[in-house]
Amino acid sequence: MEIVKQDYSKFERQLKIFFEEKYQDFSLKFPERAVAFQQFITEGFPTRQLESWRNTDLAHILNDNYHIVAPNDRNLLSTAAFHCNVQGINVHEISITNGFSNQKLIKLDNDVIYGSLQEAILQYPDLVSKHFGKYNKHLDGFSSLNDTFWLDGAFVYVPDNISLDLPLQILNAYNWDEQLFLSVRNLIVLGKNSKMTLLHCDDSLNHHRALSNSVSEIYMDEYSEMDYYKLQNINNKTAIVNRIIFYQEQASRLNANQVSLNGGLLRNDIHVKLDGKMSDADVSGAYLMDKNQMIDNHVHVHHAVSDCTSNQEFRGVLDDYAATVFNGYILVDKDAQKTAAQQSCRHILVSDKAKIETQPFLEIYADDVKCSHGASVGQLDNEALFYMRSRGIDEQNARTLLTYAFVSVVLDKIKIKPLRERYADMIKQRLSGNLGICGQCVLDCSIKEKMEQLDGLKLF
Amino acid sequence: MNNIILSIKDLHIKIGDREILKGINLEVKAGETHAIMGPNGTGKSTLAAVIAGREGYNVTQGQVLYKGENLLEMSPERRSREGVFLGFQYPVEIPGVSITDFLKTAINEHRKYHGLEPISAKDFLALMNEKKKLVEMTSNLANRSVNEGFSGGEKKRNEIFQMAMLEPALAILDETDSGLDIDALRIVANGVNKLRTKENAIVVITHYQRLLDYIVPDVVHVMYDGNIVMTGNKSLAMNLEKHGYAWVKEQLDIS
Ligand SMILES: Nc1ncnc2c1ncn2[C@@H]1O[C@H](COP(=O)(O)OP(=O)(O)OP(=O)(O)O)[C@@H](O)[C@H]1O
Ligand SMILES: [Mg+2]
Repeated sequence: MEIVKQDYSKFERQLKIFFEEKYQDFSLKFPERAVAFQQFITEGFPTRQLESWRNTDLAHILNDNYHIVAPNDRNLLSTAAFHCNVQGINVHEISITNGFSNQKLIKLDNDVIYGSLQEAILQYPDLVSKHFGKYNKHLDGFSSLNDTFWLDGAFVYVPDNISLDLPLQILNAYNWDEQLFLSVRNLIVLGKNSKMTLLHCDDSLNHHRALSNSVSEIYMDEYSEMDYYKLQNINNKTAIVNRIIFYQEQASRLNANQVSLNGGLLRNDIHVKLDGKMSDADVSGAYLMDKNQMIDNHVHVHHAVSDCTSNQEFRGVLDDYAATVFNGYILVDKDAQKTAAQQSCRHILVSDKAKIETQPFLEIYADDVKCSHGASVGQLDNEALFYMRSRGIDEQNARTLLTYAFVSVVLDKIKIKPLRERYADMIKQRLSGNLGICGQCVLDCSIKEKMEQLDGLKLF
Repeated sequence: MNNIILSIKDLHIKIGDREILKGINLEVKAGETHAIMGPNGTGKSTLAAVIAGREGYNVTQGQVLYKGENLLEMSPERRSREGVFLGFQYPVEIPGVSITDFLKTAINEHRKYHGLEPISAKDFLALMNEKKKLVEMTSNLANRSVNEGFSGGEKKRNEIFQMAMLEPALAILDETDSGLDIDALRIVANGVNKLRTKENAIVVITHYQRLLDYIVPDVVHVMYDGNIVMTGNKSLAMNLEKHGYAWVKEQLDIS
């Protein structure tokens, strides 16, 4: 294999050696993995030459070595399953630790299935193969890597006409003594006229660096409804490359919300394809970044048929040297008449060293559409600050209240009251500088005792 | 001496290069209600804002004492906790902050400053309900974001509601009557009257003598071009209403 790329990272070299020495046999059994890896070799890690990575530098993440999670690595599970409870909510839970699901598969009386994707492939091969990989999009080298190295993840199936009684929570936690490279793959299938709430949390339990490269495919059949709440609260060394693809059939309704509180580098590609008439997608996010944290959100809504509606609403607060990229894309196909698509992203800069790049892209081929987009960058309203101070509220507290108010528009999308309140609480703690990773991150962490023994971990 | 709440001596204020207040003298004692009238742009709101601690004003001369202390050295929040209240001419909309959260925070900041424990949820609710009645405020207004989407009259009512919650020793009410309909004017004025005590003082800034039929002032001042040019009793307001500011000019030219 000839090396053509100049910008050759330490980790890229490690991946090649690893593939040749330790992964060859496995990939012989799964030739598509070898193909995917070949593709990775060709494209490499995305560089800033690539439009979608123009503002995001991966050098510090990739010039490092990681423990690449491999098939015989089930021992990574020996660490205790991570649980976290939001007071006042009961959930069905899938706990994924270091890339592996802690449980096999659970089938409820109403035929809802949830648990390990790997296990689902064994038990329900037809169901899985009908959907697996069907909605995923190839975006860049990370896509190839996930195809090459994914081993496990969450699988959820909600049959037709079933409304899942409790929210389902997927906990994706990292906790190992080495720096991990993880490739998680999730598949969620909602049957016709079914309904579910999904809480999806990314948490690091220690201060080691990790690189997580996950892909989630979510299929929503006709008239299904999903409320999807993603929470990202990970340590400042860890990088997350998170791809999530929602595929919506007729009259399905999606409410996808993402709150990001901490993380070294958070790259989220959220893709929605509206492929059935009268479907609706609301994609929202709030993020609070400081120090050298970076969040890079790419939201891509594709109106493929007529009479669909979509809304993107993102709010970010940036302090210190934090940076953000918001890349909001609306694609309206030629036949997608009567589309109504909106996009708004607003930011508050707390420090003048923080950086913001927002790029709206509207690609519209139909003529009867209503599309709007708006972006703003601002500071807190001085008039409002004075008004609050004139009522006796300390300047810092006034700032916290105003900042919270700014992002609360996005929190209002969360329909479960205790969850919304828990988030509100975390955000207020975050704003007053009192929230660390796993600092009671939704949490009433049941493995707190264990965590206290981990070195360097600060608990709040 | 110790019943003087506000004492302003020869106060000169500049915004940028322009002198807006040109030597204001004003003394307000406990138990008194003063009215300040005067044409647009003469500096009434500027005076109120300086007392409340808004930034951007340059004090070139003079002093402002509140209960004998130098008010100009205090932060706006400290002034509030010490008992200064400004009813804004243009109350600010704060989307996303509910009146309840806002006032609870404010009250707890006041309590903390005075060495008190935070107010309990139950007591706070009771207090809200009591004060809401005072200005006949509908309860759903209190659940909304501060002033967001409020009508002009609702905003003004909300100012007096906040005054009632915070029980200031010195309240400056800047055109609280503007934007109020006839009934609301009566309700708000009655609310203010109920908040008058022997210990506190109220300064109302208004263009209309009508308000003064409800909130009867002890002293009426006329401001003109950055100065208080006339001071008298309630009949001064009547005269103003009858003759307009041309009359003030005449009086000034004569003197
Ligand atoms: N921030 C500012 N920058 C520049 N000029 C200002 C500023 N604030 C006030 N002024 C000017 O100062 C003068 C006094 O304004 P002020 O608002 O105090 O008047 P007012 O007596 O309250 O008038 P009104 O009856 O219309 O409310 C006006 O000429 C106004 O334009
Ligand atoms: Mg004014």
